[in-house]
Order: sequence, then structure tokens, then C-alpha cells
Amino acid sequence: MAGLLRRFRQSYFLYSFLRDPVAVTSFALFVILASSALLAPVFAPHNPYDGANIDIMDAETPPLWKDGGNPAFLLGTDNQGRDLFSAILYGMRVSLLIGVGAVAMQACIGIMVGLLSGYGSRRLDNILMRIADVQLSFSSYMVAIFLGAIVQMTFGVGRYEQVAVPFLVLVIGLAEWPQYARTVRASVLAEKKKEYVEAARVIGLKPFRIMWRHILPNTLTPVLVISTVQVANAIMSEAALSFLGLGMPVTKPSLGSLIKSGFQYFFSGSWWITLFPGVVLILLVLSINLLGDWLRDFLNPKLYKD
Amino acid sequence: MQPLLDVSSLTVKFALRDTALTAVNDVSFTLSKGERLGLVGESGAGKSVTGFSILNLVSKPGFIAGGSVLFEGRDLTRADAETLRDIRGNRISMIFQDPMMTLNPVLTVGTQMIETIRAHKKVTRKEAEAIALDKLRKVYIPSPERRLTQYPHEFSGGMRQRIVIAIALLTSPSLIIADEPTTALDVTIQAEIMDLLLELCQSEDMGLILITHDLGVVSQVTQKIAVMYAMGDTASVVGAPLHPYTRGLLGALPQCADKADCGLETVAAPRARRRLNQIPGSMPSLSDVPRGCPFNNRCELCETVCTTTRPLLEKKSDGRLAACHMVA
Repeated sequence: MAGLLRRFRQSYFLYSFLRDPVAVTSFALFVILASSALLAPVFAPHNPYDGANIDIMDAETPPLWKDGGNPAFLLGTDNQGRDLFSAILYGMRVSLLIGVGAVAMQACIGIMVGLLSGYGSRRLDNILMRIADVQLSFSSYMVAIFLGAIVQMTFGVGRYEQVAVPFLVLVIGLAEWPQYARTVRASVLAEKKKEYVEAARVIGLKPFRIMWRHILPNTLTPVLVISTVQVANAIMSEAALSFLGLGMPVTKPSLGSLIKSGFQYFFSGSWWITLFPGVVLILLVLSINLLGDWLRDFLNPKLYKD
Repeated sequence: MQPLLDVSSLTVKFALRDTALTAVNDVSFTLSKGERLGLVGESGAGKSVTGFSILNLVSKPGFIAGGSVLFEGRDLTRADAETLRDIRGNRISMIFQDPMMTLNPVLTVGTQMIETIRAHKKVTRKEAEAIALDKLRKVYIPSPERRLTQYPHEFSGGMRQRIVIAIALLTSPSLIIADEPTTALDVTIQAEIMDLLLELCQSEDMGLILITHDLGVVSQVTQKIAVMYAMGDTASVVGAPLHPYTRGLLGALPQCADKADCGLETVAAPRARRRLNQIPGSMPSLSDVPRGCPFNNRCELCETVCTTTRPLLEKKSDGRLAACHMVA
């Protein structure tokens, strides 16, 4: 363990990371956002899920530094009287959870399909890739509308709130797996022509083992890179779905549903309900994307701009 | 006694949209236990494909169109996948040209070695590791315990080829197919690797098929030699080649340039500048093989019969085999 730590400290990975101010800044930003989201119950002054604590009389309180600001509500309150700062922390937690969960699901489906498609027979490849094409031609909104209708019918609108998170993970995971499948397939096709695969066959290994142990680890570089980008995309998709009313319910807001709930009050002067969650969303997605960019540059030496 | 490997009239074709090209045409040779054979020919002559087809591993669109490969009495061209997996890497190992490419870059050397052993033998990880260490010592890798935990990029080219050889040795095979094992290495390392291979084959009583285009290497290491048109003992083939193609090959070596049929042992001092003999032209395209003898349009001895009838591999006067009408 200590040896591993020492190796990491001397690694080129760390060295090149520390030399890139953009990467360090975005990493720091991401860590701050993610940890405050994960530790929301500790940091947040109020619990936005607890209806008993919310007083409608506090609705639309402006931020602290504006006239009429209340010291209890740092960033003001929304139209229900919820503390916006707390709601943002909890909402970011939901957004991150859905983002990471959906990407994990995309990765599971996509990597399996990509491996089979790249290493299997031509026929299997054709079938799987056509399925992927069909899947891509559904936008995630269409998937969400269809599945949403089915889920709300089976669970009832009242209980939808409890299944909303796994539902969104499923929707975004289903809608986006072909991205993974294509990336993995492309690198499997490149890898399987290499001699070490031939050597593995000559050694007498079973096809599944060659696929899993020899080819998959060699395709993980692009997978790592698209994973970061996909987390950012999934968070955006979730926000968009929630904004359209297809995602998280207002009682358990995510960043997207916070933006939505403030949208109606935007022109009546309560700009903070939409603005603050929006800014946090942008910062979150931006930091993840910038980290992904740096990772791509680092892992692909051909892109080095001296 | 039954030979270790008996390849007879092996033919490998590659399917195109409407035709099939013949890459390996009617190749026959035998190899006894512990015998070393050199397989020589030009680029594209089908040497490597022959090597792969012995293991029944010709990749699509290629397929074995005829002939048989008898290994320890079993015909590998007709064996099922399970039997083949059992033989590959276990009874027959293969060493490839470029050690940069044959080792998986993301797995440690130890992982790859242990995996190979465990694919064929029911042993624990500890036992497998012991075997791996033993073989690494056999190929003279210093401090093998530490080396097992390293990745291929931490080795030099020669070291890597030693590792590949060690992997080939893991299951104590009875035959090793070495497909141009030294082409990617520099000359001093080449000699080391060839010496190592020779030594190991002798000490472990392993058969060796050495695929190469370097007649110098073949003459040092092997007992028998099969040029793509002929076959015989190394000494007599190199000393007094029968087939005009073999003569051409030898004539193209700098040390024999003055006499087409000189032996490799008589390395003459470089003379005044003169052109090397060469075999005119290049290999015919597979889709356009000439009628009769496939070598006829490049051969100095070509007569009418060569353009009409394909010569078969037959015994010539001193017991060697050659596919040529013009030599007795």
C-alpha cells in the first residue's frame, strides 16, 4: 500500500496533473462541489425534504445581501419557502447520484455490447450495432416519456417520487449506452488485430477469456475518457428532463427541477430561484468536462501540443 | 517410428468474393521428435501461413483446403476446438516475430505466464509461479522474482523475446514454431536468441520449426531445411543446392556471390565491388500464378515442360526432395 502510494507520488500522471492549472482548478472545484453535495445533511442549514420545516410565509425571500433578506436563508428561498442553499446541496446530490448511476449503467451495457460486437462474428456485430443505431435515434426524452408513462401507471403518480431516482438512472442509462458500445467496439476492432491477441489464441485461451482479460483492459483508456464526458452529459440530461417535468418531482428537487420551479417566477423578480441552481449546474458540468479534457490529453500522447 | 509432426499435401486457400487464392500449395514435410527444421522462402511465400495452419489457426478468410497435419498421431486439421485448445500452447508453442507486440502491454509478465500455465494445468497460483520462475531462469533472465511483477514495457527487446520464449516453454511442449523470431532484433541480440533457442531445444529435446528468410541462421541451427520448392538436410541443401530457386537464394548472399553453389561455411573475404546475384522478378501474385511451375518465369533453367506441367515434390538422386523438372 505504501509502495503504491509512493509510486503514485512519483508518477508522471500526478506530475502532469499538477503542472496543469486548469486541471487542478477544475479538480478542486469538483471536489468542493461533490463533497458538499455528499455531505449535504451536515452542511445544509435546513432539510428541504422535511415539509414540516417549510413555512410558506418565507416564500420568495431574496438572498441575504438584498433588501428583505433573512439571515436564515443565505441564498433566499423558493416559491414554497424552502431554503435555496440547502435545496441546491440536496439537489446536487440527486443530480450527481443520477449522473454517476446512469453512466455506470451505460458502461455495463455498452461495454458488454461493444466487446461482443467487436470480437464476435460479423453477423452478431451487425445485429448489435443496428440495435444501437435504433437506440440512438430515440432521444432520451422520448425514452423518458414512454417509460415515464409506464412507470407512473404501475406505481401511481403518488409513489412516483420514491422510484424517481432509479427511474431516471434507467432512462438515461438506456438512452446513452450506444456511445459506450461504439467506442468500445472501435477499440476492440483495433486491438484484436494486434499480435498479443493472436498470441493468446496460440496459447490456447478460451475466446471469452481473451475478450475479458486481454482485450478489455486495453480498451479502457477511451472508456475512461468518455465516462467523464458522459457523467457531465447525464447530469445535463437529468436537468433537462426535470426541467420539462419528466424527471425529479418538486418535492425531491434536483438541480433541474429547482431551475424549473424558479422559471415561472423569473420575470416577477425572483431571479435567484433559477439563477443559483443554474450557476451550480454549470460549474459542476464544466469542472467535470475540463477534467475529462485533461484526461483525454494525458492519455492520448498523440494530441500533445508540445 | 512415428514422426512427431507429419504435414502432407497441406493446402491453404483464402476465399475472395468469387474465387479462392491458394497461399500454401501442397506443402509436405515431416519432423521427428527433437528435430529442427528450417522453413525458408521469400516474403509472401506462405511460410507464416504454413506455421499458423499447423495449429489450425488460419484467420478468416483463409481456410485449410486440403491435406493433413498429423501431430502425435492426431490430425489437427480435423480436430475439434477443445482438442485444439489443449494442444495449442501446451504441446505446440509458437514464438512470433515482434516481441513488442506479442506481450499484452497492460498485464504483468507474471500474470501472463501464470495464466498460460493455468489454462493447461491444474495447479495453484503458487505452483504456477514456481514454474514461471524456473523457466525465466532457463532463458537467463536475471532476478526473475522481481521481473515477474513488471510490465512488458519495462524490458528491452531482447529481454522481451526471452520472456516470449519462456512463455513458450512453460508447458514443456514437444514442438516450438518460431516465426522469424529474430527479425525485429538487432544483430548481436539475434545471435544470442538463436543460441538460446538451439540450446533449449537440445536440452529439452523439443522439435523446432524455424520460419525465416535468413539462410545463414537456418544453416547454424537446423538439421533439415525446407525451401518453398524443395527439402533436404541442411548441410547438403546449403552445400550443394539442387533447386534453381535455392541456388538463387544462396547466390544472393554476399559471402557466396562469386559462386552460386558455394557452401555457407566458406565465407570469402569481400572482393572488389560487384553486384550480388539476385533472383529476377518477385513472387507471382496469388491471383496470377503462371501455368506449370510457379517459378518458371524467374528461372534460368526454364524449358517448355516447365510452362505446361507443375513439377511435384519428388525424391532426387541423393534422397533429397525437390519440385523441379530440370534437376535429377
